[in-house]
Amino acid sequence: MSAFRTLFWQGVRDVSPLILGILPFALISGAVSIAAGLSGLETMGMALIIFAGASQLATVQLLEAGAAWPVVVLTAAVINLRMLMYSASIASHFQNLSLRWKGLIGYLLTDQAYALPIVRFQKGELKAKHAYYLGVALTLWLVWQIGSLGGILLGAQIPPDWSLDFSIPLMFLALLVPALTDRPATAAAVAAGCVSILAAGLPFNLGLVLGALVGILIGVWVEGKTP
Amino acid sequence: MNVWVIIALIGLITFLLRFSFIWLFGRVEVPDGLKRALRFVPAAVLSALIAPAFFFPPGTLAPAWGNGRLWAGILAAAVAWKTR
Repeated sequence: MSAFRTLFWQGVRDVSPLILGILPFALISGAVSIAAGLSGLETMGMALIIFAGASQLATVQLLEAGAAWPVVVLTAAVINLRMLMYSASIASHFQNLSLRWKGLIGYLLTDQAYALPIVRFQKGELKAKHAYYLGVALTLWLVWQIGSLGGILLGAQIPPDWSLDFSIPLMFLALLVPALTDRPATAAAVAAGCVSILAAGLPFNLGLVLGALVGILIGVWVEGKTP
Repeated sequence: MNVWVIIALIGLITFLLRFSFIWLFGRVEVPDGLKRALRFVPAAVLSALIAPAFFFPPGTLAPAWGNGRLWAGILAAAVAWKTR
């Protein structure tokens, strides 16, 4: 089997434990959207065109509440600001690819599609990084679309108080530990975690963005102090 | 405003946020300062993503030390650290 296919399937395998965590979220997002009065087509349109869970939920809620369209668009944009950080962080691994590949990689970029590959890339050199990324990201995309469709079809049968599966934070934790390569990186993580807890009350996921930014600054600062 | 227009706008903005740096890298020279900072993105983002999930029970913002998730997290971190 070619290196591309081997790495693609490695990505699929690595992301598969996350499916159980993503699927309920996708089901809920589909069901909530229908309950809020959007059509099945509009709901699938959101899953396909926006493809970002937290911002989709916020969009549905604001549309239902009758918010003005600039508010809806701006809120979703702010929630997705973190993608800018992911894009900047992962970009160097894809810089020699064609524009078409870059477009596909960008479209598929999510929290999980960023986290798994970036930690894998930093562990060691891969022959075809885009193949591994595609295995991870395309699987997540497929699960999201199928789950959204399931949510539309099952609708009200899905209990609205399903808590998001705890397996996702646990998986991210397992990824965080190898990312703590040295003292500056550890300082960055500690600072980011503390700030995100303190700022957890901020709307639009801004606690995450603020925590990450402070963490990055602390990391740079500690590195500068280390001889 | 038509729902489809709103969806298209959000989709476009979200795509541009995702595509931005992936597109820019290889086209422009990335400043050294930015490169140095980017090294810390995985550790900082992952920590900021998960810390609230372990610290607060679902749906609340009140820290709870009797919260099973916090202990599950500490245990998982210890195992991940030992076996890395």
